[in-house]
Amino acid sequence: MFSNHKYIAFETIVRREIRRFTRIWLQTLVPPAITIGLYFVIFGNLVGSRIGEMGGFQYMEFIVPGLIMMAVIQNSYSNVVSSFFSHKFQHSVEELLVSPVPNYIILSGFIVGGMARGLAVGTIVTVISLFFADLEIQNLFITVTVVLLTSIVFSLAGFINALFANSFDDISIIPTFVLAPLIYLGGVFYSVELLPPFWKFISALNPIFYMVNTFRYGILGASDVDVTWAFFILCVFIVILFTSCIFLLRRGTGLRT
Amino acid sequence: MTLAISIQNLAKTYANGFEALKGISLEVQEGDFFALLGPNGAGKSTTIGVISTLVNKTSGSVEVFGKNVDTHVYETKLDFGVVPQEVNFSLFEKVRDIVMTQAGYYGLPRKLAEQRCEKYLRKLGLWEKRDERSRTLSGGMKRRLMIARALVHEPKLLILDEPTAGVDIELRRSMWEFLTEINNSGTTIILTTHYLEEAEQLCRNIAIIDAGKIVENTSMRKLLNELDSQVYILETTSRIPSGFDLELDNASLEIVDEHCIEVTVSGGLSINEVFALFSKADIKIDSMRNKTNRLEQLFLSKLESND
Repeated sequence: MFSNHKYIAFETIVRREIRRFTRIWLQTLVPPAITIGLYFVIFGNLVGSRIGEMGGFQYMEFIVPGLIMMAVIQNSYSNVVSSFFSHKFQHSVEELLVSPVPNYIILSGFIVGGMARGLAVGTIVTVISLFFADLEIQNLFITVTVVLLTSIVFSLAGFINALFANSFDDISIIPTFVLAPLIYLGGVFYSVELLPPFWKFISALNPIFYMVNTFRYGILGASDVDVTWAFFILCVFIVILFTSCIFLLRRGTGLRT
Repeated sequence: MTLAISIQNLAKTYANGFEALKGISLEVQEGDFFALLGPNGAGKSTTIGVISTLVNKTSGSVEVFGKNVDTHVYETKLDFGVVPQEVNFSLFEKVRDIVMTQAGYYGLPRKLAEQRCEKYLRKLGLWEKRDERSRTLSGGMKRRLMIARALVHEPKLLILDEPTAGVDIELRRSMWEFLTEINNSGTTIILTTHYLEEAEQLCRNIAIIDAGKIVENTSMRKLLNELDSQVYILETTSRIPSGFDLELDNASLEIVDEHCIEVTVSGGLSINEVFALFSKADIKIDSMRNKTNRLEQLFLSKLESND
């Protein structure tokens, strides 16, 4: 397949993915905006006003980066897992498997689809957050880079979940029992400095902790983690997950009998 | 002449231990209209699955237009289109989007994809439905949509897995015409079907697969010549006198009613000899048809001999 053919195939997958989540915008774009909006009202405004400061910032300012990141993580993941699994479920994935599209193009197309939804919801949440807090981005490069890399990581993770899933239950187990606890314990609502040493150590094993704090560093200019180390972890995750996805696609796991 | 498909010693054992293919070998010439027949579970869809890379083979090799599907993955995929047995497109997408997306997977530039999309949707009578969601289509329309989708990159080889299953007779006939037209334009076609009349009408060569083994692989003409006897039903304009007999060694008859007679011809006897005797008895024949589908008789006998 020539490179321009590959580009057309890639663009086709991305276009199809974006068309899918925008077609069902009431299910994909509105609910996360409402949920995160409620977080701002309840935790940021009502509860936050009694908490005062966290990590040297007003509580509302402190949680805004974490909540934006939470939206990006959840939506990147759920877009890829639900889209790819529904292609499997309806057998429409066979259209792709029979066609001459290389595996890395298939994977890249779904990643960009996941990123598009993650970033779309992230942007909506950011706009909503402006009603509650004044955001002044301290480091645009770090802010944009970390959100893009995080979105790639969770799109890849969603893809692996979809490959192994055999039922709709299987695509909700990981987000409910793994992703949600990791996000809530990843320093979205609190500074790790408040934790006793043991839980501080446990938090350091949570990759989402690094992503949330690096993003917070980009926006607020303060973080609980070393930003360089956080970028290194993100890159390692991307390499491992991308390689795993390609290996699974080549083997036909969950796709070929 | 180039081989469109060359399958050598192809075997497939599924994870549950079921041996779907037991080392089959098969060749299909370029330009052929080839029938792959067999009862349910014989291995037809597994064979197609291996060719189209949806099924991982256990052993053996498959070549498409001289290129191995394992070592020339992308080149071989460009050469064929597949129409599967079950509907395998998104039911939430519009008809046009399904075909356009497939064109994109094959790297067709947008303008060309739009031209091809219109061409094949029109040919298959779906152009008026282009902006409707695919789930609203009837069963026959869904099958035609899968054919349009498989043709959008204009493959040299079209593989159809029971394309007319559940399709009404009128539509089936129009699909036959369309497939014949495609074949006449140079596209090699491999067809699996349960309608033996369909295979007899359309295909020049045939393979019968049963329990994962090829039990017959020959030309349709040779296969049909194997028949020992054929039963014809003759409708006559004049009344058939009671006690009428052909008095031929290789023919017997049964009078159904005054204007209908059933004639069994065997041993290479020409039907002209039968007609001559009717003419001699001053019985005018209005029409003639085969009582049973000839291929059906052969198909059943091949399967019985494989038991």
